[in-house]
Amino acid sequence: MNTDAFVAALARSATPVDRAAVTRRFRVTLLAAAVLSLGMMLVVLGPRTDWRSAMDLPMFWVKLAFPAAMAVAAFICLRRLGHPGMRLGGGPVSVTLPAVVMWLIAAAALAAAPAPQRAGLVMGTSWWQCVVLISMLALPGFVLGLFAMAALAPTRLALSGFMAGLFAGSVAAFAYALSCKEMQPPFLATWYLLGMLVPALAGAAVGRAWLRW
Amino acid sequence: MNWQDKANATEARLHRQLLEGLAGDARAYHGFLDALGKHLRGYLRRRLTQLPDEVEDLVQETLLAVHTHRHTYQPALPLTAWVHTIARYKLIDFLRARSRHDALNDPIEEDLVVFAHPDTDAADAKRDLETLLQTLPARQRAALRMTKIDGASVAETAAALDMSQVAVKVSVHRSLKTLAARFRGPA
Repeated sequence: MNTDAFVAALARSATPVDRAAVTRRFRVTLLAAAVLSLGMMLVVLGPRTDWRSAMDLPMFWVKLAFPAAMAVAAFICLRRLGHPGMRLGGGPVSVTLPAVVMWLIAAAALAAAPAPQRAGLVMGTSWWQCVVLISMLALPGFVLGLFAMAALAPTRLALSGFMAGLFAGSVAAFAYALSCKEMQPPFLATWYLLGMLVPALAGAAVGRAWLRW
Repeated sequence: MNWQDKANATEARLHRQLLEGLAGDARAYHGFLDALGKHLRGYLRRRLTQLPDEVEDLVQETLLAVHTHRHTYQPALPLTAWVHTIARYKLIDFLRARSRHDALNDPIEEDLVVFAHPDTDAADAKRDLETLLQTLPARQRAALRMTKIDGASVAETAAALDMSQVAVKVSVHRSLKTLAARFRGPA
């Protein structure tokens, strides 16, 4: 087919595009991912039994703010990655910032603790459950995140997959934070971060094939 | 008008046509795709000089990608940034697929390709110039070589050849005239 005929055929098939609907669908899909992760947590794990008293502790809020900040930053990166020509700008910095802050808090906690207790602060009592359960809770967000990205036009596929996974991981970590009782900053900085990185790395691995267009 | 001004004018025109097209104006959209195809052809041809037969396929492939992903254009962004990102993505995707194909396929005549297209043009041209220069008288040849090939100034040439500056100029002028006549006629 010569290009002139091809262009004419494309132009004939052009229907009006509702850009607002595209943006809305993207947001709704990612919001649904967060809701599904929370729902899964409530059904499978249940919220922590002492949540009333825990709400008085500042650490309870830090524990929620850490994955929430990651989720917001990952969401912004996803939006930019999905629109060709948009620059990432401060995106990568804002994604790493929450982790860096969490690590600083963890380092301060470790420095303040007597040496024999330090290992316990890092390992807690549920380190592997934390990583496994966050990765599991991330599953709906993982699929929906990649689905939302595939509906846009990402050109950096591995990075887009990584951010979709990181978004899923951070909303899962947020949900899991409402269920788990660990409160030590070194535990959060290690295992919560690892739990978020598992879906992120999985996303980077599958992104190149799944997001190709 | 320099090329930046031209590109800016194109940007403004295509931007308007695309927005009208996105709103449902098929005529404007046709104009947009048509002009975009021409720009993409130029862009891709310059980058696929080794594979001229693939250019048109890739133009269509990129136009199709622009068409199916037109909902991702943000009107506040420069159109060039959007189009360039998509075109580059399609180009890289194509080259990647091709290199994979090449890696998996080992054509039997591949080694022969090295001897298929000899390129002796550069060497021949230099030899011809030497042959032509040999036909000039020695002093004219020296003056011409220094001023026109080695890039020396008239004053430097005059000093080196122990001639006056006027003599150098006349000599260069005459030798160029001689060469031009010989070059046009049967050499």
